Amino acid sequence: MQIGYYPGCSQEGTAKEYDKSLREVLKVLDVDPTEINDWSCCGATSAHVTSHKLSLALSARNLALAEKQGLKEIFAPCAACYNRLLTSKNELQEHPEQKYEIETIIEEKINNIPEIYNIVNFFQKIGKDKIAEKKKIDLKNFKAACYYGCLLVRPSGINSDDSEQPNSMEEIVKATGAQTIDWNFKLECCGAAHSIARQDIVVDLSKKILDDAIKHGANLIVVACPMCHSNLDMRQQNIKSKFSDFKEIPVLYLSEILGLALGFDKKQLGIDTHFIEFNLPVRNDVQEVSA
Amino acid sequence: MSHHNTTHVRTISDDITDITSQNPELCYQCGKCSAGCPMRNYMDDAPNVIVRYIQLGLFEKAMNSATIWLCAGCLTCSSRCPKNFDLAKFMDAVREVALRNGVKVKEKTILKFHKAFLKQIKNHGRSYEVGLVRDYKMATFDLFSDVENSPKMLLDGKLNIFPHNVKGKDKIKSIFEKTEVKKCK
Repeated sequence: MQIGYYPGCSQEGTAKEYDKSLREVLKVLDVDPTEINDWSCCGATSAHVTSHKLSLALSARNLALAEKQGLKEIFAPCAACYNRLLTSKNELQEHPEQKYEIETIIEEKINNIPEIYNIVNFFQKIGKDKIAEKKKIDLKNFKAACYYGCLLVRPSGINSDDSEQPNSMEEIVKATGAQTIDWNFKLECCGAAHSIARQDIVVDLSKKILDDAIKHGANLIVVACPMCHSNLDMRQQNIKSKFSDFKEIPVLYLSEILGLALGFDKKQLGIDTHFIEFNLPVRNDVQEVSA
Repeated sequence: MSHHNTTHVRTISDDITDITSQNPELCYQCGKCSAGCPMRNYMDDAPNVIVRYIQLGLFEKAMNSATIWLCAGCLTCSSRCPKNFDLAKFMDAVREVALRNGVKVKEKTILKFHKAFLKQIKNHGRSYEVGLVRDYKMATFDLFSDVENSPKMLLDGKLNIFPHNVKGKDKIKSIFEKTEVKKCK
């Protein structure tokens, strides 16, 4: 399968392991991602909170580049990039006069904007049967809390998943043999881009999310966004220093849990670079699926 | 009719509507947005109150609030609004208009973060964390907080020492020059 790939800035930096694990997993699933040539930042939170046109134009440049490259479908593994690209696509399509203005600003024509998938939708497209078919290890001891965060399924109607009770990520995770838990905070905000300027807020909100997952029996959290990962994994250091009774819990990217089921080890997937050590038994205590 | 010559005086509300393409009068103040807002605890005015300010023409009150800067853009409100009013987009517009009007921003560190982030994009086309943290710390004079996680990230290769410059760097710069909002305090 061919697909256009918009990595987004985090995949080259703070979320390198997300990119690494994703590429390994896609190879096994016979997907050949084509990077958008010379892609640039979507503008993220900082653009849309300060200038509507800047935000539209930065996303539109990438959509125009993808179109020029002949890509009919693209996927963005970062939930924030996905949301920005899709929001811009919708606005450009709904407001022709705005589209004309943005085309002038970016000096590119936009005609057929590609289909845009987030990582969960994209794995749905690949199919859970395909994942199950390539599975080498059954992760039956895993009790995963699937965390959607804010931007994967919002605003409502953005994709086929429900914006209050989504279930698409659970369906993918279950294909690894892992159990998924029911919990209350799968859509609660972690504080997102306030991580640096208002760390106090992010520490409070992330703690509530992590506590709820633990309370409902999870032994790991699965995320599909570099910002969510950074707040839920790295900020556990800061949570621990503020709340001495806090119990830590590992946080995996969706591509990492899939990678474990496909037989990769922690290092191959970059899981060793997380702040919270991942030490759930994978190979030794867990039954291998017979070939 | 005697009123047909009356000219409408443009207000901040019109500027907001230009950005959002939605009428603020849509909101009937049910408060569902504020009830589900994860940031409400940290805000001064509740999110629905910001809409009310604009409806009543109390533009300064809206633009001076900490609320507009604390909104994390999580879209919970926009998803739940019974009138399909996109409040997150409205908050974006109030911030933008506040910046254009040179309003004194209440949550200074948050704006400094956004400026430091955008500076990297303007110069390189992609995010550059080392530059972001450097510029943010210079702007806030807060050099030593929140640095305990950096050594591990450097070792793991997650903080690139040098920026990646996209080939279309000049185009990105020109996009910024045509669209960024400069006037602000």
